[in-house]
Amino acid sequence: MTIIETERLTRQFVRRSRGLRRSPGRSRSLLTAVDDVTLRIEPGESVGYIGANGAGKSTTIKMLTGILVPTSGRVRTCGLDPVRQRRLLASRVGVVFGQRSQLWWDLPVRESFEILAAIHRLPARAGAMRQDELVEQLEMGAFLETPVRQLSLGQRMRAEVAAALLHSPELVILDEPTIGLDLLSKQRLREFLVAERGRHGTTLLLTTHDMGDIARLCERVLVIDHGRLAYDGSLAGLSRTVGAQRVLVVDLTESLPDLNDIPDTRHLGSEGNGLRQRLAFDAEQTTAARVLSAVSKRAEVRDLSVEEPDIEDVVRRIYSAHR
Amino acid sequence: MRAGVRTYWKLVVSGFRQESHYRLAAFAGLVANVTFGFLKAAILFATVRASGGHLAGYDVGSMSAYVWLSQGMLGMVNLSGTHELGERIRSGDVAVDFARPVDIQGSYLARFVGARVFTLLPRGLPSVVVGALTIGMTMPATAQPYLLGGVSIVLGIASSFGCVYVIHVLGFWLVETRGLQLLYMVVSGFFAGLFVPLPLFPSWLHDAAYATPFPSVMMTPINVLSGQLTGLAAWHSVLVQVAWLAGVLLLGRVLTSAGLRKLEVQGG
Amino acid sequence: MADPASALLAPYKAVLASRIRAQRSYRASFALDLGSSLLVGLVELAEVWILFHNVTVLGGMSFPSIALVFGLADMAFALADLACGHCDRLPTYVRAGTLDVFYLRPQPLLAQLVASDISLRRLARCPVGAAALGYGLVAADVQWSPATIALLAVTFLSGCAIFSALFICAAGLQFFLINGAEMTNAFVYGGRYAATQPARVWSGALKVVFGMVFPVVFAGYLPVLRVVDLPSPHPFPEWAGWAAPLAAVWAWLFAIACWRCGVRHYQGAGG
Repeated sequence: MTIIETERLTRQFVRRSRGLRRSPGRSRSLLTAVDDVTLRIEPGESVGYIGANGAGKSTTIKMLTGILVPTSGRVRTCGLDPVRQRRLLASRVGVVFGQRSQLWWDLPVRESFEILAAIHRLPARAGAMRQDELVEQLEMGAFLETPVRQLSLGQRMRAEVAAALLHSPELVILDEPTIGLDLLSKQRLREFLVAERGRHGTTLLLTTHDMGDIARLCERVLVIDHGRLAYDGSLAGLSRTVGAQRVLVVDLTESLPDLNDIPDTRHLGSEGNGLRQRLAFDAEQTTAARVLSAVSKRAEVRDLSVEEPDIEDVVRRIYSAHR
Repeated sequence: MRAGVRTYWKLVVSGFRQESHYRLAAFAGLVANVTFGFLKAAILFATVRASGGHLAGYDVGSMSAYVWLSQGMLGMVNLSGTHELGERIRSGDVAVDFARPVDIQGSYLARFVGARVFTLLPRGLPSVVVGALTIGMTMPATAQPYLLGGVSIVLGIASSFGCVYVIHVLGFWLVETRGLQLLYMVVSGFFAGLFVPLPLFPSWLHDAAYATPFPSVMMTPINVLSGQLTGLAAWHSVLVQVAWLAGVLLLGRVLTSAGLRKLEVQGG
Repeated sequence: MADPASALLAPYKAVLASRIRAQRSYRASFALDLGSSLLVGLVELAEVWILFHNVTVLGGMSFPSIALVFGLADMAFALADLACGHCDRLPTYVRAGTLDVFYLRPQPLLAQLVASDISLRRLARCPVGAAALGYGLVAADVQWSPATIALLAVTFLSGCAIFSALFICAAGLQFFLINGAEMTNAFVYGGRYAATQPARVWSGALKVVFGMVFPVVFAGYLPVLRVVDLPSPHPFPEWAGWAAPLAAVWAWLFAIACWRCGVRHYQGAGG
């Protein structure tokens, strides 16, 4: 069974712009948030859903979960009609909204989990086992008795993820799960999701602004732009399509002239008399390690960082490629 | 005073402008006001008629004036006790307010008066017009009650702000001011004469009401505007309003500087 | 989880139990909340009493009879407010995203909304209503019979249902009135105020609004007319005093229709 299936899915909103001038018939403009999107996601896939703010990501998710009714087109989630069969669907999907909480802010984390177990009618033993599993995997033991409002952002996000996974859904949708998290928390959350998928074969769909999330979690990427599906394929293919390149920034111990001749790289610029240099490379053609070793032959590298391509930038390039 | 009259006038105007964005809210308030107005009018007219057409200085026409003026003023004075200051003190954002070069109480007062005077347009006047057109009311024929009444209304608005400000400034010392706010909501409406005009109160309760600033918030402006109070009596009650306003503002001021000291000592 | 009914209700019980625990854990503020709620009830009763301080008969009723009306209606409103009062703060749920979270749970949305909170402090209003009712039953000229007791019981339960329906109605309409939620106060709190009045004094329009559309007149006034044996005002027939359950059914049908429309609007079906 296909987990997510949409056919020419479209959603329009009527926007009333109220001007001060009293023109006859207030101007009503039709905004197409999701435009003719057809896609299939099979069980066990891990899919990144990216696009600029307002591109239509949240609207799609709302239609997949039955919160919004499509203007036209068809949508099936877990083989169900999300609006008509919302309650059946709810026990098979878990959703993490980065901005809205499933937990009760004045209750300890453990009590929130217990209420959610009752809401999903989990049998007592199975519920407790699943909770223990999640607590262990997400390392939540230390704050299980802490009221949700006192949690740090990283802790709260782990608790939110656990809350969405408590009923062992076959599809998990994560809307900006790593937004605002520090590097370590991001890393932990990604590792957990990889492991969870390995153990239970869960299908993942996540929206994000963080290329790192996509690189580490997803083998397939969907790009939505102005409501239209602009790309559907692998991350590597995406980089190829738009020529999205990663950038290696090296700090050297001595000044060097511009490193124009490192194989498979493009020199982007130098600062501080050549003490810091920026080299763009395509992950398809070479690796960061190979670039680094080539640089090290010229001078000692004191520090380095790798910049991921910016999602907004990737989307912009896809959009211009389309026109 | 660190800021001039012009600054405060600008704050009044900004409050007025800001409120003008909430048109649906204003219309919603009007619908609720008018519905309550018809219910109040029904029961109070019946009371006047049951006592032979005259009751405590009211006939049906002047009772109608009371009903619709009180409904019209409902959007203007603060009888709910809610104000953003409480949340700002709880969250510590009040430190930002203290850092500004305008007086904190004065600037909130100016914005409040501006915003509430705005509600006169979408809520206050339409309530009165609806009442006048559907039921009719007796209003004075000379200019003076309207002029003095306008002053009295602004004093009422400011007094209600002064009271609410005191409640929320107590948040520097209390963990939770919601209970006080609820208490204010219940007592202020009752003693301001929101549902039953104060002249109908038994004398002991009437005296109790006038021992609080709440009649100054609503009953006095209505009495002055509707011509229920005239001449010297009207001037006298406006002076009483001024006295109450000065009192609650002064209390708020004293509490503010004490709160500021507490903030400085404990660092928030 | 012995019987199917308790299994069915388990999700709601879990949420409500946590709400009750949370409220009682802040003892000092809970006590103050109880006190304020009690005072609200007292002031509302005082507003009725003051009128009777000036006249002896109002709208054909003496103070003991109106105390009966007040007691029945106010207690029913207090209990409805306790159970459903949070529903007319729907915009808060929408803005906080709580409503979207309800969509992700396998229970009906309305049931989740109703069971999402409970305001125990409203209990403090009940003693005021109960005292007014008790005083009215002793002091008014009550025609005692088993039928009277049945009428009072049926009226009280129907009254709870009618006022609960008004809160649900408000929630449904607030989907359209996100920035103008105050409009529903007209019939929710206006309904409470109207329910404690002798409806004989109303104009025709008020009789339509609070006697038919939002039928609060059945929560106190009309049944009490039967209890103290007074004539019903036009256009209500005498038997209307017994019709509170019918009014409750109507109010709920109306409320559910409002809720359905509201949800459809939220989901964006039909524009």
